[in-house]
Amino acid sequence: MMIPRTETKNPLLGKLKKAALLGIAITGIGLATSVQAQDADVPGNIKWTVPFGVGGGTDVWARFFAPWLSESLPGEPTIMIDNVPGGGSINGANLFAIRARADGSNWLGTSASTQYPAMLGDPRVRYDYNDWTPILATPTGGVVYAQPSLGETADTALDALLEQPVKLAAQNPTGVELPVLIALDMLGADVQAVFGMRSRGEGRLAFERGEADIDFQTTSAYLSNVEPLVEAGKAVPLFSLGVLNDEGQIVRDPTFPDLPTFNEIYQARHGEAPSGQEYEAFRKFFASGYALQKLIMVPKDTPQPLIDTYRQAARDFVGTDAFKEAAAAQLGPYTPVIGDVAQRHLEDAMSIDEATRDWLANWLQSEHDVKLQ
Amino acid sequence: MLDILLSSLGQLFTLSHLLFMVLGVLVGLVVGIIPGLGGIAGMSLLLPFLYGMEPSVALGMLMGLVAVIPTGDTFASVLLGIPGSSASQATVIDGFSLAKRGQAARALSSAFLSSMIGGLIGAVILTGFILIARPLVLSFSSSELFMLTLLGLSMVAVLSGRDLFKGLAACGLGLLVGAIGMAPATGEFRMNFGLDYLYDGVPLVVVGLGIFALPEIIDLLVKRGAIAEEPCKLGEGWRQGIRDVREQRGLVARCAAIGSLIGTIPGLAGSVVDWLTYGHAVQSAKDKSEFGQGDIRGVIAPESANNACACGAMVPTLLFGVPGSGTAAVFLGGLLLLGLQPGVGMIETHLDLTYTIIWSLALANILGAALCLVLARPVAGLTRVPFATLAPVITVLIMFAAFQATRSAGDLFALGAVGVLGVLFKQANWSRPAFLIGFVLAPGAEGYFYQAVQFQGTDAFMRPGVLIIGALILAALFIPVLRSLWLKRRQASTVGAASTARAEPPTLGVIDVVLFAALLATAVVAWIDVADLTLIGGIMPRLAITILAASCLLEIARCLLHRPQRQPQAIGQQGLWLIGFFALVGSMLLLGFVTAATLFSLVFLLTVARLKPWMAIIMSLGVMAFLVGMAQFLTLTYPPGIIDPLLFG
Repeated sequence: MMIPRTETKNPLLGKLKKAALLGIAITGIGLATSVQAQDADVPGNIKWTVPFGVGGGTDVWARFFAPWLSESLPGEPTIMIDNVPGGGSINGANLFAIRARADGSNWLGTSASTQYPAMLGDPRVRYDYNDWTPILATPTGGVVYAQPSLGETADTALDALLEQPVKLAAQNPTGVELPVLIALDMLGADVQAVFGMRSRGEGRLAFERGEADIDFQTTSAYLSNVEPLVEAGKAVPLFSLGVLNDEGQIVRDPTFPDLPTFNEIYQARHGEAPSGQEYEAFRKFFASGYALQKLIMVPKDTPQPLIDTYRQAARDFVGTDAFKEAAAAQLGPYTPVIGDVAQRHLEDAMSIDEATRDWLANWLQSEHDVKLQ
Repeated sequence: MLDILLSSLGQLFTLSHLLFMVLGVLVGLVVGIIPGLGGIAGMSLLLPFLYGMEPSVALGMLMGLVAVIPTGDTFASVLLGIPGSSASQATVIDGFSLAKRGQAARALSSAFLSSMIGGLIGAVILTGFILIARPLVLSFSSSELFMLTLLGLSMVAVLSGRDLFKGLAACGLGLLVGAIGMAPATGEFRMNFGLDYLYDGVPLVVVGLGIFALPEIIDLLVKRGAIAEEPCKLGEGWRQGIRDVREQRGLVARCAAIGSLIGTIPGLAGSVVDWLTYGHAVQSAKDKSEFGQGDIRGVIAPESANNACACGAMVPTLLFGVPGSGTAAVFLGGLLLLGLQPGVGMIETHLDLTYTIIWSLALANILGAALCLVLARPVAGLTRVPFATLAPVITVLIMFAAFQATRSAGDLFALGAVGVLGVLFKQANWSRPAFLIGFVLAPGAEGYFYQAVQFQGTDAFMRPGVLIIGALILAALFIPVLRSLWLKRRQASTVGAASTARAEPPTLGVIDVVLFAALLATAVVAWIDVADLTLIGGIMPRLAITILAASCLLEIARCLLHRPQRQPQAIGQQGLWLIGFFALVGSMLLLGFVTAATLFSLVFLLTVARLKPWMAIIMSLGVMAFLVGMAQFLTLTYPPGIIDPLLFG
């Protein structure tokens, strides 16, 4: 949407003006054009491709970031969000791979469901993360919780979990639940995943209805929708997935300082730190789906000074109190990862070797009766 | 409690809230009237302004939009036979038939009035229901949801009437087309024939436009004349529509209640409500003969339900963060942008905001419907215009609408392909609603069946909710049969003429034969394609194929047993227009969407409609301005072709 920026003291008036403009514009009477002060480096218009539908998680994330980025970039470029949904984000990312110009005017917002198919070698994927450079990444955490009927405390529930088959409602075999399924399997739980949920929210509904024995939610959904259940004694939190520190190690999630991570639980139950191919698979999919859940990417050939400008702009606002306050509702209490750190973690996560992929294909086939395409 | 109700009422009538709500209503009306845009596009227009706004004011704006979209899209469904969104597909059947009989104003005024009343009833029900909704919503498990989709599917039997097997075949084909794409249970891809476009399945909008709108356009072009075949009485019709709603007040109340309650069930909402209430109207009517030919009850029922349903859909969105419909999904995004996390908190800590939302819906409903009522009379005049003048504009409009579905050229081809099917169905009088019902409910039926079996095992089908809905389905299927048998016996005993009870012979025409052959061939091809799937991933397409093939074979057997009545079925001219449509799609890809659409309008208006050159030029420039303008607002990229990049950058 190209609407001229209006500088005004009264925010309500400003909104009214914007809104009035929208009203005029939509009836087709006038087409507002964009008048921008051009900065030497930063393009006046940035098209940010979001390969998901309007109102989805990644779309909201991008719309939240757009004004912050725009305001801290020199020349305050207009950032347009271009939603290209389809194929669970594969279509939009494919189009970006073909069409995007490397002059800094094209950004891509990706999410776990963009990363995973690339790691799994989905035949529809025609993009390569090596062609892109990350500007910023936002992490999320997640918590696995159980019905109190399994056990009143985390310990007893975990014991019960390891003794009897349990059901978990998931989206699809290669969706965001993948690392959770691997983790539960490593612990020794017999999880029967019921696929076909259209969102994690539907999975939570199945849990609340008592159909699923255990469930898993990412941080923001957990805080707003599961914490009340825990308080009411209708859910027992078992473990969190943890977060990645700058050195790439999984540590306790600052949102849930009292909740052990999967690694700790594993250590406690098996007497040793998790390792092997299955842990390698868990770690990579955890890193690309949670520690770097959503990413702002630009084509690799974008001029380095411009990439540095973008990263610096992100650093400028990420530290401010105003941002932290606004971000608490949107991103949870996590700090965005910017620049080289994001790049290092991303390269590590996306480079999945043949052996691990083979193990994963076998595991999906034997545990969930699913053939990797 | 009372203070919360009062404070949200006070919030409702503050100036800023009202202003932004009116803005939302206006945007919603425009977006609703333009086919194919609907709630999702409307929300995406408003979302950029949302971040940083005062929540209660922003919610007013969003609710204004959400409330009026199922109202505004009635214009396109009634006047042009274009199902504007999924909420107006059942309205098309009788609404457009009424328009063709010169009663567009009547259909519109009763649609808007029943929309308004339905929305109000929905809001009243919600005000109380939202407090106790949580346990009730949770009591609907996957097995009950599966039974509800079956209830929706059973409407096929109600709607197909005499041609039961043709209706079932159409429904089977719908189920099969609905099964294209990813299998919910296993993540396998089915019947995509190597085309990227089919990985996500065929979009609903495209199917709706292809099956209803395109055949009507072609039919009207073949017939010539205006949409209204009989003289219109706009003023009289308008008042008649108001009287119709008063006479059918029981139907309005029942459908609104059904709509608002079904709307609260996450995952189903809009897709079944229309057909359930339409089926209910047919079943509860004494004289069913006019349904499909223009019965006002066929308009009133779905229209009273769909606004109420939009209210109901707020329950799962607000309480569970699980959207009940596409529009609600975008609304959920809006809530998150405002920093509001949906969940129990919406009742415990933000109850005032929740009530602001519900009552904004009610207020916006009144406002939107009143505006539409005023517009109804003049706009209904469109049906008097010679259709050839409207045709190019409508054609470009539905192509634009279809292109919104996934914004790829595949949408246009899919529109044409479904359009071919629609033309064949229309000319041979096969049930198009049956196809659509099958298509819409296929994913739900499959997904919920699988989940019910996985979660609950065989217990799934012994739950009380399941048994109740099962009884409803049996009642829907058998009560009409039993009633007609009883009537016949009474007639037979009084008159003594048993011979009148003989079934009417089946009708058969050229297109029927073509359809039988094509459908059986489709069944074979699909059967081969799904051969490699796992048992769970392949069960749904196999079931659909079985229904499709068995119904075709049974109908053929019926024709062989009873000497069929020959029926002339014309297809020649329709075929030519279809070829023309594909030529247009081709030229859009070659020259560019905007260029080809503009040229097509100009040439068509000059040669077919024979307008004065200046009129033709103004209209085609209007088409161009519309497309370019929309591209700006919706950040659209049309298929560029050769010329578009040169002219429009």
